[in-house]
Amino acid sequence: MSLSERVAQLRQQSLDAKPTVSAERGQLVTDFYESVDGELSAPRRRALAFQHLLSNKSICVLEGELIVGERGPAPKATPTYPEVCCHSLKDLEILDSREKVWFAVDDETRDVFRDRLIPFWTEKSLRDLIMKEMTEEWKDAYEAGIFTEFMEQRAPGHTVLDDKIYRKGFLDFQADIRCSLDQLDWLNDPAALAKKEQPEAMDICADALIWYAELHTRKAEELAASEKDPQRKQELQRIAEVCERVPAHAPRDFWEALQYYWFVHLGVITELNTWDAFNPGHLDRHLYPFYKKGLADGTLTEESARELLGCFWVKFNNQPAPPKVGVTAEESNTYTDFAQINTGGLNEDGSDGVNELTYLILDVIEEMRLVQPSSSVQLSKKNPDAFIKRAGKIIRTGFGQPSIFNADLIVQELVRQGKSVEDARAGGSSGCVEVGAFGKENYNLTGYFNMPKVLEVTLNDGVDPRTGKRIGIETGDPATFESFDDLFDAYRQQLLHFIDIKHRGNNVIERLWATHIPTPFLSLIIDDCIANGKDYHDGGARYNTSYIQGVGIGTITDAMTAIKHHVFEEKTFSMRDLLDGLASDFESDGKLQKRLLNRTPKYGNDDDYADSVMRRLFEAYFETVDGRPNTRGGKYHVNLLPTTCHIYFGSVCGASADGRKAWQPVSEGISPVQGADRHGPTAVLNSAAKMDHARTGGTLLNQKLSPGLIDGEQGLEKFAHLVRGYFRQDGHHIQFNVIDAETLRAAQAEPEMYRDLIVRVAGYSDYFCDLGKALQDEIIARTEQTEF
Amino acid sequence: MIIIRQPQPRAPGAADGTVTTGTIFDIKKFAIHDGPGVRTTVFFKGCPLGCWLCHNPESQAFEPELMLRDGRCDRCGDCIDVCEPIAISLNETAVHIDRARCDLCGNCVDVCLPEAIEIAGRQVTPEEVMREIEKDFVYYDESDGGVTFSGGEPLSQADFLVDLLALCKARGIRTAVDTCGYLAHDIFRMVAANVDLFLYDLKIIEDCRHTEFTGYSNQSIHENLRWLADNERPVIVRFPLLPGINDDEENVGALAILVSSLSNRYPVDVLPYHKAGVDKYARLDKEHRLPELDPPTEERIEQVVRQLKEYELQVTVRGERV
Repeated sequence: MSLSERVAQLRQQSLDAKPTVSAERGQLVTDFYESVDGELSAPRRRALAFQHLLSNKSICVLEGELIVGERGPAPKATPTYPEVCCHSLKDLEILDSREKVWFAVDDETRDVFRDRLIPFWTEKSLRDLIMKEMTEEWKDAYEAGIFTEFMEQRAPGHTVLDDKIYRKGFLDFQADIRCSLDQLDWLNDPAALAKKEQPEAMDICADALIWYAELHTRKAEELAASEKDPQRKQELQRIAEVCERVPAHAPRDFWEALQYYWFVHLGVITELNTWDAFNPGHLDRHLYPFYKKGLADGTLTEESARELLGCFWVKFNNQPAPPKVGVTAEESNTYTDFAQINTGGLNEDGSDGVNELTYLILDVIEEMRLVQPSSSVQLSKKNPDAFIKRAGKIIRTGFGQPSIFNADLIVQELVRQGKSVEDARAGGSSGCVEVGAFGKENYNLTGYFNMPKVLEVTLNDGVDPRTGKRIGIETGDPATFESFDDLFDAYRQQLLHFIDIKHRGNNVIERLWATHIPTPFLSLIIDDCIANGKDYHDGGARYNTSYIQGVGIGTITDAMTAIKHHVFEEKTFSMRDLLDGLASDFESDGKLQKRLLNRTPKYGNDDDYADSVMRRLFEAYFETVDGRPNTRGGKYHVNLLPTTCHIYFGSVCGASADGRKAWQPVSEGISPVQGADRHGPTAVLNSAAKMDHARTGGTLLNQKLSPGLIDGEQGLEKFAHLVRGYFRQDGHHIQFNVIDAETLRAAQAEPEMYRDLIVRVAGYSDYFCDLGKALQDEIIARTEQTEF
Repeated sequence: MIIIRQPQPRAPGAADGTVTTGTIFDIKKFAIHDGPGVRTTVFFKGCPLGCWLCHNPESQAFEPELMLRDGRCDRCGDCIDVCEPIAISLNETAVHIDRARCDLCGNCVDVCLPEAIEIAGRQVTPEEVMREIEKDFVYYDESDGGVTFSGGEPLSQADFLVDLLALCKARGIRTAVDTCGYLAHDIFRMVAANVDLFLYDLKIIEDCRHTEFTGYSNQSIHENLRWLADNERPVIVRFPLLPGINDDEENVGALAILVSSLSNRYPVDVLPYHKAGVDKYARLDKEHRLPELDPPTEERIEQVVRQLKEYELQVTVRGERV
């Protein structure tokens, strides 16, 4: 199949659209706050701000599109959220000039920031309030790069929609609100007033979204009136009709269902700059009844469904992640906003969730080949092999999507966290790899946590060697440690110290969000905020989780393993020698680094010596974090994922005992250190599976793959076996990155960094770096040929 | 009477029931080209044939051999300091090893931090090998895969192989043996009883040409294959396709006639020559006689497949149906 002409054009326009910073939202929200400041309760203020935004922002019905609505005034015109975090002129300058993830900022926009937004929001934006409340020790740890903070410039969204909008219109939600208000117990419930204010704010937001759709109806009608092309005229009339119907009422067909979701999506990402944008979750499952019905009554064909999905896909790509500032820009520097569409998995009753639409959506993912939306397959033992093989066919084209999740394990993870089995099955993965009960949970990622840095501080008795500043506690000179256990105990104490700091900071920040910037629109659509009369930020959701995302377990495992092996067991060198070597970035002893790299057991090789250290480190992290209470009535859990933070975290860490040079990236997710795994993919998966994934809320495993390795039907089968084998051992997620020619060239230049790279030679696979130059060149040429 | 080369090192006391050991040079995980499903391939060291185009030259000798990767050597000279027989010297790009003086003590390997020197071939017990094999059990189970004993020639270390096959059987792991077939009938029959699948190499059918290429007659190879067919043992015939050496019509036709005349219909898997082995010759200071030889073209492969199919054989190329 190939793209329809319409979709091909929309896709190209989206790819060509220039990312810009738009001042529209910032101005509107500032206008509103200026007019009402101080007069309103927080929920009411936010609801009216939302209404003001939706009533006054640009309305886009663009040429050729079937699904309408843009967050900004044009595709990729990206709003800012100054009430959360106001960009400085310098930030804008950086955005406009940097090479990667660039956003154009024109003079007019700069003027608006200089003259209105910056003066108005300075010391008033939530970020400024947050920073004012943070303690010195929090700031020291934050600046040292021990952890990052997610909620300081983006709203704690991290949630996904379930199937409720396909059954109910916003008028139905308003009826639910009235019901909730009717049931208030004014005599016995001291929180009755608050429980009245929150649903009333939600009610305003529901009106606002219905009105926003109505504005699209008007725009489409206007365009239809002057449209010459009879076919387009008809389409515009249909668009007008669709926007009249949804979101006020439940959708009747496939088109209305998609448009309804898109309005909700725009509502969420206009209200606030939620992390991970927003996400329809199990799209194949939700749309399937509409798809079947449409095919049966002749209003839909496979082709028209494909075209509508293509139009829908383009909409996601038109909305880059809002540009960030400071450290957060470094840790998560991408246009991708992590809206992860789930396919497959389990139905709520536990049956196989793969249907015909699943395959159609996989076709669309392959044909669209866009970075947004992101996509995943949820693979259950109940799903057919055809499903994972279809995904494999897309993966081997080297586009990094879809990623693969273990649907059965996700249910286990969610149930362990206290969700009902049904809610767990309706859940899935979102963002990078985190799990949640879709439509019912506020699962907040609060920040990345730099494990290797904590070891570095431990090896320096609480001091950060990069700055010479004491940021940890005194746990003793490591040269005096008599055993590996002594070192491990010291590490645990430092870990506890920093997690306490992070936890305390999170508690304050969560409360600031709840009291200053509630989110009545998002609350409308996440159970049970209406019934509880409580905001999403304040514990209104049925489930409330906080995560701290551990980063660098591969690096810290190899570093700890090296110390255990060489210093305490083999006594190859002393702790003092090691510390001197690390302090000098191995300049003082060239052999030390090679010994650490090549003469030490490493995680990722199915070697119990190293893998048992990994388990111990995982358990220490788990025990330190899991079960702590958050301020929303929920608990803390762990997950292990990095986005791109492993690069930032590496840039603050000096040389480490795994042989890593100073300032180089640390390992990402739960993947082994780059180049450390030398026994092929099954060994990597077996090592990774020794971690107890069931007690996490997500782990990320990246596996490099040579383009030819899963060629042909046979290769595809073996790929499926590999994934199934990992999932049978309760692995959470795996993502395959097909190696490109550029990587192969880098491997040729720096073989020691790419010792793990396997390539298919010809009916035979071998480590790339072990091949002769001529053969390497041949493979590079072949890889280039097959690249897109 | 066939005289078969036997491996040198045998564990003392193997005959009286103590542990047999064998010499292997590699264990490869996720080997996806050595039989059905996901497999682990164990490479035995030593082969009774002497094919001069072997793609695993380190598999030929039964004794351990030193291998040197010039590209990794950083000329630090540490190996020279620990080499008692003074067999190592420096040259412009790497070290040089005087193999006549080298006593394979392994001291240089221990100190070589860039891992430029290694010894191909180590003695192991069946249990040690099993520990590695069992690690990937879950993948065998998912894929109907298992372990492949390859080499070299696994049947040349028959006692060791028999022990491994028995252990695999006891633990529910399917086995394949990749063999050249050049073995005494009694040994072959004893081992075959416990093998789930043979990957059976046929290279050249005309005996004189076979002798020229491999050093030995193929008479026993053909006899052993017939015996397998007569006894209904599962076999995949593997035909390494070497341009200019065995890809002529005459040889392909003869191979097809031989396979189609067997009492059991065996599939033929064509394995086109590839250049991956060329570098290894240099690591062993051995000469590759045809370094410029290119892999067969897709067109040539197709022609061979067509010719084989004329005999109603089931043909695959690199395991993939064609």
